[in-house]
Amino acid sequence: MRTLNGSGWPAAFPFLAVALLGFTVFQLIPIMRGFFYSVSDWNLLQDPKLIGLENFQNIVNDKVFWNALIVTTEYVLINIGLQTALAIGIALLMDRLTRSSILRSLILVPWLISNVVVAMTFLWILDFNLGIVNKLITSLGLGGVSFFGEQALVMPTIAVINVWRHMGYTALLIFGGLQLIPKDMYEAGGLDGASEWQMFRKITLPLLRPVLALVLTITIIGSFQIFDTVAVATQGGPVNASRVINYYIFDQAFGRFHFGYAAAMAVVLFAILAAISFVQLRLSRAGTSDLA
Amino acid sequence: MTTDVLVARATTTTRKRRINGRRIGAIAVMAILLFVTIFPFYWVVRTALSSNNQLAPASDSITPVGLTLGGFKRALGLQSLEEAQAEGGSGAAVNFMTSFRNSIIYATLITVGQVMFSTMAAYAFARMRFKGRTLLFSIILASLMVPGIFTTLPNFVLIKDLGWLDTFWGMAAPGFLMSPFAIFFMRQFFLGISKEVEEAAKIDGAGNFRVFWRVILPISAAPVSTLALLTFISTWNDYFWPFLVGKGEDTRVLTVALGVFKAQTPGGSPDWSGLMAATVVSVAPMLLLLILFGKRIVNSVQFSGIK
Repeated sequence: MRTLNGSGWPAAFPFLAVALLGFTVFQLIPIMRGFFYSVSDWNLLQDPKLIGLENFQNIVNDKVFWNALIVTTEYVLINIGLQTALAIGIALLMDRLTRSSILRSLILVPWLISNVVVAMTFLWILDFNLGIVNKLITSLGLGGVSFFGEQALVMPTIAVINVWRHMGYTALLIFGGLQLIPKDMYEAGGLDGASEWQMFRKITLPLLRPVLALVLTITIIGSFQIFDTVAVATQGGPVNASRVINYYIFDQAFGRFHFGYAAAMAVVLFAILAAISFVQLRLSRAGTSDLA
Repeated sequence: MTTDVLVARATTTTRKRRINGRRIGAIAVMAILLFVTIFPFYWVVRTALSSNNQLAPASDSITPVGLTLGGFKRALGLQSLEEAQAEGGSGAAVNFMTSFRNSIIYATLITVGQVMFSTMAAYAFARMRFKGRTLLFSIILASLMVPGIFTTLPNFVLIKDLGWLDTFWGMAAPGFLMSPFAIFFMRQFFLGISKEVEEAAKIDGAGNFRVFWRVILPISAAPVSTLALLTFISTWNDYFWPFLVGKGEDTRVLTVALGVFKAQTPGGSPDWSGLMAATVVSVAPMLLLLILFGKRIVNSVQFSGIK
């Protein structure tokens, strides 16, 4: 019965075995364990003790958590807004100007660099005392800016740094989408006397929607999980100004050994991301294209 | 007749001029964006080649200040303590040579395992019929939505309980066996190739594994190597997981070592030359990959946006 349709499980299993083992041991079981920890009190030393929803009640009353949520949201809004706008611009420019694969390789360079290196690079470039950016600012007669040291500036700074890292990559994704739009649509628009801006709004954006929806879902999910840059550059400071959700979870788990509490926050993060991707894919009707 | 030509020429030149103006504007914007993209790299190299002591008075110099390889020597552990301190290094012992080796081991292990086992699984998902295939594949795809930290906590506990902390096996284990993205990527490719080749081989009496090794893999060389490139790059850049599981000196990869190096330099006067030299060392292999395989990497990124 199992060998229906020619191959069946006996034939497929040797091909699947290792991957399924890996998936079960390092994804499925950990997900279940994660939910179990989230309703436990556990410091890694004693056995976990089930405490029901207490962790979640504590989360609701945890000011640092709410702050983390706000700070992370601020980061995502600046990061994604700027990055998407710039990426669309770059993609359109490339589409107009050149097919050069050297140019496309160049704009991809920052994406090949680890977050740690990027953080280090901008710590130096934006350094208060010796950084070149502050040299420029003071040479204009303005006061130096402590990009990583001021509470109001630290999240926008980190957001812009990561825009720098990802804009070329995002632009390439969108550029790929632009190639799917038939050129004669623009010719038709041009004959009707439509301006560039009208053509962008009436032709490019609607036809790009499926690709944009996918790109936004991927980048927003990634953006919400910002960690490396914070861990290297600010460790959550000044005060809690850059203590983003992932960093706070890490802090609780490995700094204070509140593993149950950390797992509960991971569940909340999971729920937020699931809700965002659901809403987004719904709103943007990602499955359908106006081309079809 | 001549007037016609003249009129035509006149209109084309005005149109050309207008388009050229716009084109020049577009090129200028593109040039600025490229400058913003590339300048930080130049600045890193310029600082790495500077003498740390002389950075402060000439921090806006476009060229390296007091040109020296001292920063690189410090980063690679080739400088004595006295020399290092004389050049403004902290003298903290960080051996990037070892970390470089560790990064290569870690990234190679994961790339080899992940690409091989994911490709096999992808082939089964694309070509074989078995009960629950669609459901199983959807579950694997859905796991891409789970935030990394959610599985990282339990996985850390698992590796710790196995006594695998600070071992390459512990670091590589989760990525070595599969990745949902790799399975997805290869499955897309397998769905697109014709079944005739396989069927011909099967008629000749070749078993599944023989068909896979002798027929499928050879024609999949391009996507397999692209996947290997992408996997190697992203593993090379991993930070959080190797930071948790492989912090010890014998397994510490470059990203983690950079963090340690940064934490060790005194807050008031960091060894910027040394830090930037270490940065150059850790970035160089990725730039080499881009130079060698730029087109392939670029195309694979474009492809992932469309699919």
